[in-house]
Amino acid sequence: MPPAYTNKEMMALAAGRLVDNGDILFAGTGLSMLAATVAKRIHAPAATVFFETGGIDPALAELPLAVADPRVMSGSCLNSGLLDAFSLLAHRRLRTISFLGAAQIDAYGNINTTCLGDYHRPRVRFPGSGGACDAMSQAFAVILFMQHDKQRFVEKLDYLTSPGWLSGGDSREKAGFQRGGPRAVVTNLGVMKFDETTRRMYLHQLYPGVSAQEVADNTGFEMDLTRASQAEPPSEAELKALREDVDPQRLILGPAAE
Amino acid sequence: MSEGNDPQGKFMSAEEAVRRFVKDGDLVTIGGFTVSRNPMALAREIIRQGRRDLHLAVHSHGQAMDLLVGAGCVRRIEVAYGGTGRFAPTCIRFRRAAQSGELEVEDYSNFQMGLRFLAGALNLPFMPCRSGLESDLLAKWGFSPELRQREGKLARHKAVVTENPFGDTGERVVLLPALTPDVALIHAQYVGDDGTVRIKGLTFLDLEQARAASRVIVSCEEIVPAAYLRQDPDQNSLPHFLIDAVVRAPYGAHPTACHYFYDYDPRHLNMYRREAGEDESFRGYLKRWVFDAPDQESYLAQVGTSDLIRIRANSQAGYAPGLDRR
Repeated sequence: MPPAYTNKEMMALAAGRLVDNGDILFAGTGLSMLAATVAKRIHAPAATVFFETGGIDPALAELPLAVADPRVMSGSCLNSGLLDAFSLLAHRRLRTISFLGAAQIDAYGNINTTCLGDYHRPRVRFPGSGGACDAMSQAFAVILFMQHDKQRFVEKLDYLTSPGWLSGGDSREKAGFQRGGPRAVVTNLGVMKFDETTRRMYLHQLYPGVSAQEVADNTGFEMDLTRASQAEPPSEAELKALREDVDPQRLILGPAAE
Repeated sequence: MSEGNDPQGKFMSAEEAVRRFVKDGDLVTIGGFTVSRNPMALAREIIRQGRRDLHLAVHSHGQAMDLLVGAGCVRRIEVAYGGTGRFAPTCIRFRRAAQSGELEVEDYSNFQMGLRFLAGALNLPFMPCRSGLESDLLAKWGFSPELRQREGKLARHKAVVTENPFGDTGERVVLLPALTPDVALIHAQYVGDDGTVRIKGLTFLDLEQARAASRVIVSCEEIVPAAYLRQDPDQNSLPHFLIDAVVRAPYGAHPTACHYFYDYDPRHLNMYRREAGEDESFRGYLKRWVFDAPDQESYLAQVGTSDLIRIRANSQAGYAPGLDRR
């Protein structure tokens, strides 16, 4: 009998599996913090985490709840500030991988974290770019977290906060970006990637028990479903690291599986 | 602080610092970041003195910004992010004020705001970057061209995209206008009795903000002899001659964190989220925590000893290990 697990646990682990040993990770809040921390604990001990606030390679003995949490300043190799952190993010020699979440995403991985409705009189206001636009503009690659539904996977964004593959093809390069762009979108249903040529999102992996039709039903634009494989369910070791070591108070994981 | 040690008269109460250095309509920038080192004691004093029409320029901001916006002190804001992490993913009063249209908002990114403060600090008109090409951060202006014409503190353009003049490849860059705030509000761990500032932990953009501003108010946990800070000057953050006012305010960043002194206060931040949700309960919050607690001492009495001890930082970790943060 395989262990029971929650969607959030699966998402954190699916994203963590996309991290390679030796990657330099630019972590945000929430699930991205879990993904980076759990990857470091399991298969990528040489991965290094840093934060836009200037905390570089902290010990992360406890889970930070914000990128300015004092837990990102403790046991670090260096404490600095935002401009220092962004110079590492954009560094041409470093393969920096950034984790981000968003309120809306389109088929080319452009994201909105600013508002719904008219910008001047928004129906719903979100926090804004923070460092997201900077990471999407300058990191080597970006991994995105999303709840998978039609309100969030949309044909057209209400506001384009952070540039992904723009209108696809070579439009990102033409706009003036020298590298980067979203590499994967990790949702509660599976993992999406982007076509190497068209840069359009396609379904890469389905979580156990999820059908391709479910993904289609929850996506507000046409998505290629033909290239999907099954994701491995979480292993005992992954779940143990996540639950006992990374987030024992379940601050980000939320309620446990039944 | 005795008068004899303060020939320039920099050391004063929060009441005097705000009365003398923060005016209605000022362009104000606040140090710290979301849940850390927000200058809360100074923000509460600004609210008590009823400052109006402030123009805030901040990067990722949380508690101090939300309180100032909620109390009606702020007319317009240039901002990269309004949230306090898990406690309020979007700042609650900020969200309401943006949605109702009573707050004029112009969005930038964190790096863009950092470069704008840096430009101001270096006395340069602008700085280039690559962030945000083809994004709505550049395309959608919060402030109209007419307002920009009228209002001397606003740049004529939000941002300008141009080509790198040093290359022949047509490489596109974004130019961002400098920010030169009237006043910067900073909370630090230590200030020397000459005004030298030492910030522990991350400095965020505090250094650029302070250097870009015309006036700087620093509140601090401790005032220490300058000679003590000069034993290890590598650790110091801002020179004494940039600082106009120093306010001793122990726990002056509460309910946000101050590295090596105290953690953020999860109970207070959760309570704030609930009370900020409705106008009436938010008025109750302001009454209890701002107006009925006219100085830092009475504010801390209101917080209570047990909560202050609960969040006290461990001197090795710099935060409160094992603190219940749910």
